[in-house]
Amino acid sequence: MPTTERAGLPVEIRGLTKTFGTVRAVDGLDMVVRPGAVTGFLGPNGAGKTTTFRMLLGLVGPDGGSALIGGRRYADLAHPTTVVGAALESASFHPGRTARDHLRTYAPYAGVDDRRCDEVLAQVGLTEAARRRVGGFSAGMRQRLALAAALLGDPQVLVLDEPANGLDPEGIVWLRTFLRHLAHERGRMILVSSHVLGEVQASVDDVVVIAHGRLVHESSLDDLVALASPRVRVASPDPAGFTALAADRGWPVEQDGDDLVLTGGSCAEVGAAAYRAGLEIHGLAEEGGSLEDVFLRLTGAAPGGAA
Amino acid sequence: MNAGAWRAALLAEWRKLVSTRMWWLLGIVLGAYMVFMGVVMGFSLTTDPSSMSGSLGSGATLDGRQIAQTVYTLAVSVGYVFPLVIGALSMTGEFRHQTITPTLLAEPRRGRVLGAKLAVAGLLGTAYGVIGTAGAVLGGLPFLATKGDGTYLGDTGVLGDVVFSVVAIALWCVIGVGLGSLLTNQVAAVVVILAFTQFVEPVLRIGLTAIDPLQGVQKFLPGAAAEALAGSSLYSTSGMLSLLDRGWGAVVLLAYAALFALVGALTTLRRDVS
Repeated sequence: MPTTERAGLPVEIRGLTKTFGTVRAVDGLDMVVRPGAVTGFLGPNGAGKTTTFRMLLGLVGPDGGSALIGGRRYADLAHPTTVVGAALESASFHPGRTARDHLRTYAPYAGVDDRRCDEVLAQVGLTEAARRRVGGFSAGMRQRLALAAALLGDPQVLVLDEPANGLDPEGIVWLRTFLRHLAHERGRMILVSSHVLGEVQASVDDVVVIAHGRLVHESSLDDLVALASPRVRVASPDPAGFTALAADRGWPVEQDGDDLVLTGGSCAEVGAAAYRAGLEIHGLAEEGGSLEDVFLRLTGAAPGGAA
Repeated sequence: MNAGAWRAALLAEWRKLVSTRMWWLLGIVLGAYMVFMGVVMGFSLTTDPSSMSGSLGSGATLDGRQIAQTVYTLAVSVGYVFPLVIGALSMTGEFRHQTITPTLLAEPRRGRVLGAKLAVAGLLGTAYGVIGTAGAVLGGLPFLATKGDGTYLGDTGVLGDVVFSVVAIALWCVIGVGLGSLLTNQVAAVVVILAFTQFVEPVLRIGLTAIDPLQGVQKFLPGAAAEALAGSSLYSTSGMLSLLDRGWGAVVLLAYAALFALVGALTTLRRDVS
């Protein structure tokens, strides 16, 4: 295959909408995922992650909008599994089929032979279990097999739905290392969903956060971490003085009722700075701070409100 | 390009069919059942040629050739539930085990997946046809050769029945895929198949002949059409029920296969897979 076609493919989602009965699962979702990085697709359960993936992969027809991979719909790709590898559910196996035969049934579509099946089984550490029936597999082994199936056609894009589910801690570390290797050394685009930020925190470069079927945050992980810097709530009779102080120190500041909320400094730092500047303080409290709190703040807020 | 995609789909669907145990388990049961039925019918019809028709009350006596035809096509008369089930499972299994998701990821052109399943079902169905027909012939042969009028295996007409018995069983397997695409719930599909083949159709065929204006309708039931294609049956040689001629039997049977597959394509295959 020509290298031009193998170069990174972006995923572009525009105005994607899907309603199930009265539930709007995905509601005008816009997002772009860049190649060469691991992107975490985050949101609480029921946020619309799986439905978005299924629309991206042509399994579910959208009511509106588009989801394109390198400018094309999934269903229009001639050999889709050589472009996009997807692992959606850990349970998508016939229990009576061996791991190797599971891959062999999809190998013709990817245009690969039995040797490639053995190769990806080795990559995910399932060589020993290759000729065992999947019915006897643990949840972790099923996740590994689903990943092996996604890798079969050596795709540029990997779409993984909650791949850490069912993995033991050792498996999660292995998955993290494996995904980072694929993205950074092999230039693959990896989109990995999770409802637990902490699970993917160590493996993603970018984050896309959705809630209620809408985009609420899209940035690098670093920028998301910056949002989690300590926030200090200040009650003072001299808000103007504090605003000037915050500007001087480079702390973003926002008004919240009668209080000011400063980001970037701890209580001690803000208190010391106020003391030196001779500013009067009636109240000083640290709040938020952890990445998990940021996640909850983003996803708990009304759609669009916290972006 | 297109031919390559079809080749991939056919190979993938074939591997799917033969990579679990069901196909050979059902195949062995079919073979054993047909040998057994061949022995039973071969023995009873050569012992008392009127036993079959006699019990059904028409009083006709089968000649040696009719006995051979009846015994050799037993798979079409009583064994077609096996190809029908294995065909249906190839579709319902995808939904039961949710492998429909990776299947449609690998080939998003859903019509091609269905087409490939129909084609490989024809192939496996042919194998079932050979197993089932051979079983019935092998089971009945010793009795026909020793106690009866001969094996009639040199008779072109009888040999034709043997060949078309294989074809009919192959078509049953194809019909199974269509049925499975209509009724994707595996338990429901198997229950419907068992109820229809073992109870509903036999009762309908006999019952309909009793109602004058509907007398001809039974010939168009799928089981009767398959027997027409095979050219003979337990029912028809006894003079109890009449059949279409072979060509029309084939047309009716193919029409069932096409109808089921088409309705499946327009309903199941258009739905969201979630």
